[in-house]
Amino acid sequence: MSTDIRFPRSTSETGRIAPKYNRHGGGAKGGFEMAAWLFMRLSGIVLVVLIFGHLFVNLMLGDGVHAIDFGFVAGKWASPFWQWWDLAMLWLAMLHGTNGVRTIVNDYAERDGVRFWLLVVLYAAAIAIVILGTLVIFTFNPCPTVNGVPLPGSFCPKP
Amino acid sequence: MSASTVEPASKVELPASVGGGGEIPTFDITLRVRRYNPEVSEESHWDEYQLTMYGTDRVLDALHKVKWELDGSLSFRRSCAHGVCGSDAMRINGRNRLACKTLLKDLDTSKPITVEPIKGLPVEKDLIVDMEPFFQSYREIMPFLISKGHAPTKERLQSAEDRERFDDTTKCILCAACTSSCPVFWTDGQYFGPAAIVNAHRFIFDSRDDAGDMRLEILNDKEGVWRCRTVFNCTEACPRGIQVTKAISEVKQAILARQF
Repeated sequence: MSTDIRFPRSTSETGRIAPKYNRHGGGAKGGFEMAAWLFMRLSGIVLVVLIFGHLFVNLMLGDGVHAIDFGFVAGKWASPFWQWWDLAMLWLAMLHGTNGVRTIVNDYAERDGVRFWLLVVLYAAAIAIVILGTLVIFTFNPCPTVNGVPLPGSFCPKP
Repeated sequence: MSASTVEPASKVELPASVGGGGEIPTFDITLRVRRYNPEVSEESHWDEYQLTMYGTDRVLDALHKVKWELDGSLSFRRSCAHGVCGSDAMRINGRNRLACKTLLKDLDTSKPITVEPIKGLPVEKDLIVDMEPFFQSYREIMPFLISKGHAPTKERLQSAEDRERFDDTTKCILCAACTSSCPVFWTDGQYFGPAAIVNAHRFIFDSRDDAGDMRLEILNDKEGVWRCRTVFNCTEACPRGIQVTKAISEVKQAILARQF
């Protein structure tokens, strides 16, 4: 005859461990988590090159920091090379940063509702910035004509 | 009850310079222990004990002195008391250690020495936590040899180099000091935890084992190795000196190597 020994009070009535510790999702595949992990490493390396290249060209070359003005930016974005450089920097930095904050939210948000809304705000902000930034890089026009009148700009071709 | 007999005088002559046990320096300590008894109160509280201890004593000896001489209701786990069984992992002065491997003289005895249960697991009483979630993760990674084909009639031979590959992770004593020092485990208890990954590593890199792929697949879970943020708390906490974070990184690399 065996004695019925009750489970310690911290365990649930049905299972052997407290429900909090049961992994929900039942063996959810970590393919995305692996891709995210790998992306963080690869984008990090590329970003180091892109950001320090950006800083060197803007702050060190030529007149250095004194050369930066509206015309300097307009001149850079006239070249597809710098358009694509800045686009890569924007996308990689935004995805890298967003994924980093996503992992922090996942690690430290204790309630599911809080976690959900923090992630909604995070993704909305990231999407808005990426779309706006991409539009600015490719539709930037330094010498716009408003109502048939060209706006002043010393670097613009004289009408 | 029984008449006490006088101890016969020793026949061995010891010079005065050798002396006896009384020559070990003593000092006074204050032991602050986190107490919890759900049958009395849902709240936990601190109890302080003033003790005179010897220079050779460990935190476990101080706990024994409390339990045996001052307050028999104090509860804690210990079995071998020599750093092998892994029963008495606890949070001493804010760090996860084995009470039986921490000498009092190595701690700051001028301040109270705090002793708490390890974090992230449900406390049952005083310093005793429910280890079941910890062992659940351990069981899930299948911590036993799985080999295909017929069992050999002799032992399974392995070269010294192949054995060396996973030597570090064979040292685990399942004390849970690493898992309960991990901030990712603290948040929701979903993460497999360093100890389960270390014990998976021990078989994944064993040349005699054939189920490495299965274990890698299990740890490729969204609560698996990718939740490791390389905080290094586990490596710092391990009383056996296992390079835990390194082992986790090697499992990550093995999963990646399998994909590409």
